[in-house]
Amino acid sequence: MAYPILRTRNLSKSFGETLAVDNLSLALRRGEILGLLGANGAGKTTAMQMMLGLIKPTSGSIEIFRLNFEQHRIHILSRINFSSTYANLPNNLTVWQNLRVFSRLYGVKRVREKAEEMMNLFDIEHLRNRISGQLSSGESTRLNLCKAFINDPELLLLDEPTASLDPDIADKVRTLINRLRKERNLSILYTSHNMRDIETICDRIIFLHNGSIIVEGSSDEIKRHFRQKSLEDVFIHIARDGKVVDPLSPEKL
Amino acid sequence: MNIRVILGLVQRYSLLFVRNPVRGFELVFWPAMELLVWGFLTMFIQKQTTGDFALFIRFLIGATIFWDVLFRAQMGVAISFLEDMWTRNLLNLFAAPIRLREYLAATACMGLLRVTVVVVVMSLLALGLYAFNLFDLEWSLVPFFALLMVFGFSLGMISISLILRWGQAAESLAWAVPFMIQPFSAVFYSVDTLPKVMQHVAWCLPSTYVFEGMREIVRTGAMDWNSLWIAAGINIGFLFISGAIFYWMFSNARKLGLLTKIATQ
Ligand SMILES: Nc1ncnc2c1ncn2[C@@H]1O[C@H](COP(=O)(O)OP(=O)(O)OP(=O)(O)O)[C@@H](O)[C@H]1O
Ligand SMILES: [Mg+2]
Repeated sequence: MAYPILRTRNLSKSFGETLAVDNLSLALRRGEILGLLGANGAGKTTAMQMMLGLIKPTSGSIEIFRLNFEQHRIHILSRINFSSTYANLPNNLTVWQNLRVFSRLYGVKRVREKAEEMMNLFDIEHLRNRISGQLSSGESTRLNLCKAFINDPELLLLDEPTASLDPDIADKVRTLINRLRKERNLSILYTSHNMRDIETICDRIIFLHNGSIIVEGSSDEIKRHFRQKSLEDVFIHIARDGKVVDPLSPEKL
Repeated sequence: MNIRVILGLVQRYSLLFVRNPVRGFELVFWPAMELLVWGFLTMFIQKQTTGDFALFIRFLIGATIFWDVLFRAQMGVAISFLEDMWTRNLLNLFAAPIRLREYLAATACMGLLRVTVVVVVMSLLALGLYAFNLFDLEWSLVPFFALLMVFGFSLGMISISLILRWGQAAESLAWAVPFMIQPFSAVFYSVDTLPKVMQHVAWCLPSTYVFEGMREIVRTGAMDWNSLWIAAGINIGFLFISGAIFYWMFSNARKLGLLTKIATQ
């Protein structure tokens, strides 16, 4: 197997007293979708924001495309992208203007064609002249995804991308992400509180608790290990009983 | 420096004006009001007293326009950042492959665009209302404006640094930055009007040299190149210091998680 697209080594981040991410070492393979699961405040978002250079790690390192992140930030950022419900596109520009601006920022060659292609892909051409701030949350999620795919990223960081979608759209988005992943051999790091999301889309799951890995494996492996019927039960088990497992020796399944 | 990235950012900020005529109106509204109030005030004083105010009114109109060059240059930088903060766009922006110097260059361009619009409108108004022709200053305008814009740009970086450190609470402080130096810059009066202590501070600001120089030219038509060179030197010093503060605050904001905090609050 080839080298991992993304690898963190002993990544830690503390905000004052709070240890948000604790010695996180993970690897994401090419073409793989890796789910980051964990209770509120487990450190998922912080981990992702470090991989985007928005937060500087307290210690540890991040390698993306086998390059050190801090040293090759711009090059790496041009080949990855992210989407999340808490980061908007300028809400006083139209959908079309936003996509053009971000194409430029990502150095896309054929700006108009690309923006057009993205709107097609996520089915929002009819919204092209709408002000982004006036979109419904589902529509703006799709616009965010358009932005996330605009530079044909090789690695995608998705922080709760389906959080505000209705079940129908959520299913469509999942299917689409999965299809694009296969077509483009894309690697994705994915967080969600929707177990359905995680089960259907992720090849492998990492459970975080208080910033460190408790368990990792496929959804079936994890369920079997904890002798639970569903991932949701596993989640509740870990969230309420997390300290039962020694976080210093994450269980590899 | 990637020109395409800078153009993308400039497009992002300037589309706001194209899309929203109120913003364009607002851009020229305040400078125009300033000019009207100051101009008519001096005309009123002139009528009430017997002194010769011809020169004084020229000082004042010139100062109003010059001050706006500095102020709009600062705003171009600060407002662009605030714009991204208000629309919760900072994360998308800084997760994109944008170098800080490209970001700064784009905000500087926005400052230049603002200055251009404001100066055109104000100089036309000044000509129409008070027969003050800004372009009587001819080529001296170039170094004067350049000095003021670079200084405004430095102040803009300071404003962003304050917001990066103290978040939205510092927003009003960011607006206030140019006004902190206004009394010292001898904008509307000559430096020797100031108390001795303040004069020392005044001569440490590049803006002071510009406003003094402007008045000198209006009065005598002569340009004091020597003091302009001093101003340029101080200006470069300010540029480096405020640039260093900005880079430091940005790195600090990444370390303390402040960037993601102000971006999502
Ligand atoms: N910018 C910040 N400044 C200070 N503390 C922070 C910051 N960002 C996160 N934290 C803290 O770090 C911890 C981890 O937060 P994080 O947002 O990474 O969790 P999460 O797993 O994404 O949670 P959620 O499921 O609620 O999104 C929390 O205790 C949070 O309060
Ligand atoms: Mg989160």
